[in-house]
Amino acid sequence: MFDVITFYFFGGLAVVSAILVVTARNAVHSAIFLVTALLATAGIFLQLHAEFLFIVQVILYVGGIMVLFVFVIMLVNLDVAARQTQFNRMWPFALLLALIVSGQIYAVVHYAQKGISDPLFQVVAAPASALEPNSELIGQSLFTQYMLPFEIASIMLLVAMIGAVVMAKRKV
Amino acid sequence: MLQELYEFFKPHLLPLLYAAVIVLVLPLLAGYVVLLERKVMADMQARLGPMRVGPHGLLQPIADALKLLIKEDIIPESSDKWIFWMAPLLSVTAGMLAMAALPFGPVFQIAELNVGLLFILGISSMGIFGIVLGGWASNSHYSLLGAMRSSAQLVSYETAAGMAVVSAVILGGTLSTRGLVEIQAQKHVWFFFLAPIGFFLYLVASIAETNRAPFDMPEAESELVAGYMTEYSGFRWALYFLAEYTNMIVVASLATILFFGGWLRPFPNVHALNFLDYLPMLLMLLVAGYSLYRAPKQPVAIQKMVMAAVAGLCFLLAVALALPQFAPAGTLLASMKPGLHGAFWFLLKVGIYLYTFLWLRFTLPRYRFDQLMKLGWHFLIPVSIVNVFGVGITVYLSRSTDEGGMGWSVAAAVALTSVVTLLAAAWLAKKGEHEPAPPATPESV
Repeated sequence: MFDVITFYFFGGLAVVSAILVVTARNAVHSAIFLVTALLATAGIFLQLHAEFLFIVQVILYVGGIMVLFVFVIMLVNLDVAARQTQFNRMWPFALLLALIVSGQIYAVVHYAQKGISDPLFQVVAAPASALEPNSELIGQSLFTQYMLPFEIASIMLLVAMIGAVVMAKRKV
Repeated sequence: MLQELYEFFKPHLLPLLYAAVIVLVLPLLAGYVVLLERKVMADMQARLGPMRVGPHGLLQPIADALKLLIKEDIIPESSDKWIFWMAPLLSVTAGMLAMAALPFGPVFQIAELNVGLLFILGISSMGIFGIVLGGWASNSHYSLLGAMRSSAQLVSYETAAGMAVVSAVILGGTLSTRGLVEIQAQKHVWFFFLAPIGFFLYLVASIAETNRAPFDMPEAESELVAGYMTEYSGFRWALYFLAEYTNMIVVASLATILFFGGWLRPFPNVHALNFLDYLPMLLMLLVAGYSLYRAPKQPVAIQKMVMAAVAGLCFLLAVALALPQFAPAGTLLASMKPGLHGAFWFLLKVGIYLYTFLWLRFTLPRYRFDQLMKLGWHFLIPVSIVNVFGVGITVYLSRSTDEGGMGWSVAAAVALTSVVTLLAAAWLAKKGEHEPAPPATPESV
């Protein structure tokens, strides 16, 4: 029962702050709501005993949003931005698309609970207590089974970083 | 319903109790660290420091806290009020939350997490939000510059600190804080002796991360008034200070766990050093005796009483530490020894680390901002990367041949890799000398 309460607390927090990210007029407020949305998601991970995922979510997004803050503060003129139109003209279409996607997710979960035998709808949650310590497992699979993709991904990130530095250094 | 509530909270009662103890004691502890800092500073500058409130200024932190509580809480008219209110709380919350995974002894730990180390690093780095948001919400240029400097500094030095932590994780093979200490007990050696360079890298990076002198650019008085907390006053200002000292305690605890064997006594396996078990008790008795000796020399009656109370408190602590030591084995009292003595050794090590912080603060002048960035990016990060390789090679060389290693003695392996890392560091430092300092431009913050 308390699991359910914590889940709905974090879930509600995530949904409400995600909506506020889009609707807040001030870009810094948006960034703050983005933090709360991501932290609430991290809370759901923690509730599911996925500790590694929880802390990676926190570490990555704290660093990421920190940089976002700096960009917002240094690059966006907040006084001007507050007077501009907030939404693109296509927003009803985007809303429709979002509703369709959430309807799909709802349908999958709903039919899985009803027990429809179609494998498309089979969503079985692993019991949280039965999980092994996951950081070791992730480390092992990253450095043995998925060694090559892991290294390729990190080289791509490095290239992107060097590219950004080179482009930033060019005199404009 | 009530039954269910009780059943739910039953396994969490002890952690909740520990959490309450930490939340209650931490502000007091932070206040006394401030007093210690002022006393150490005074000592190094041949002064007396605070002497008025209480004997030798012992009640100064309480007086300061009371003063800050009843001061007016000024909120600038043009600030973003909601964020201005929230920012200091965010900093304090992050610092206190990080304490949840710290083992202050084999018993005293709120939550044993499989990823405890990452938890502490991640959560404590969230405190920077409080600084940046507070600096931005103040709507003042000094505050904003301080906040920007702070974020730049954190981003630059977190990499080096993380790499230094990795060197201990390679040696320990676990991310659990408790597990790291237990492995140091099993291996009969502190990781400081296996990765000394890793420790010094961590020391420098942790000072920079907690915004302490000589890296206290975010609040450099001569340049930025008080940096990100220029517009803050009263208790919100005090919360920023609480956050700073909480962070200091967290990084000191982390260093203790990673490199100095956490709650372990020095050399717990050497029986010739068993007399060290009496040290906690003797130290407390010594402090109690000295306080008692100084009590009659205090000028005012109330100060005499406070001094006597301090002596009594230390004596009680000495008794609490001595009873499990002398109790016959197998009794309840004797079983409390690891917890009590563990907490003592842990806090002692944390205290020594904090003293190093203060010592460095009063010895070294403040860096310039471009020097700070250069030190971080051109020296600490390359050296910490070399150090991670060095520690990995140490593990490979010292592992026995059955396990795929080279079977060297540990001392030889550590000496070789340390010398190589030091040579690399010396080369980097020498290379940096020849580069001219960048010309001062109006844009350079």
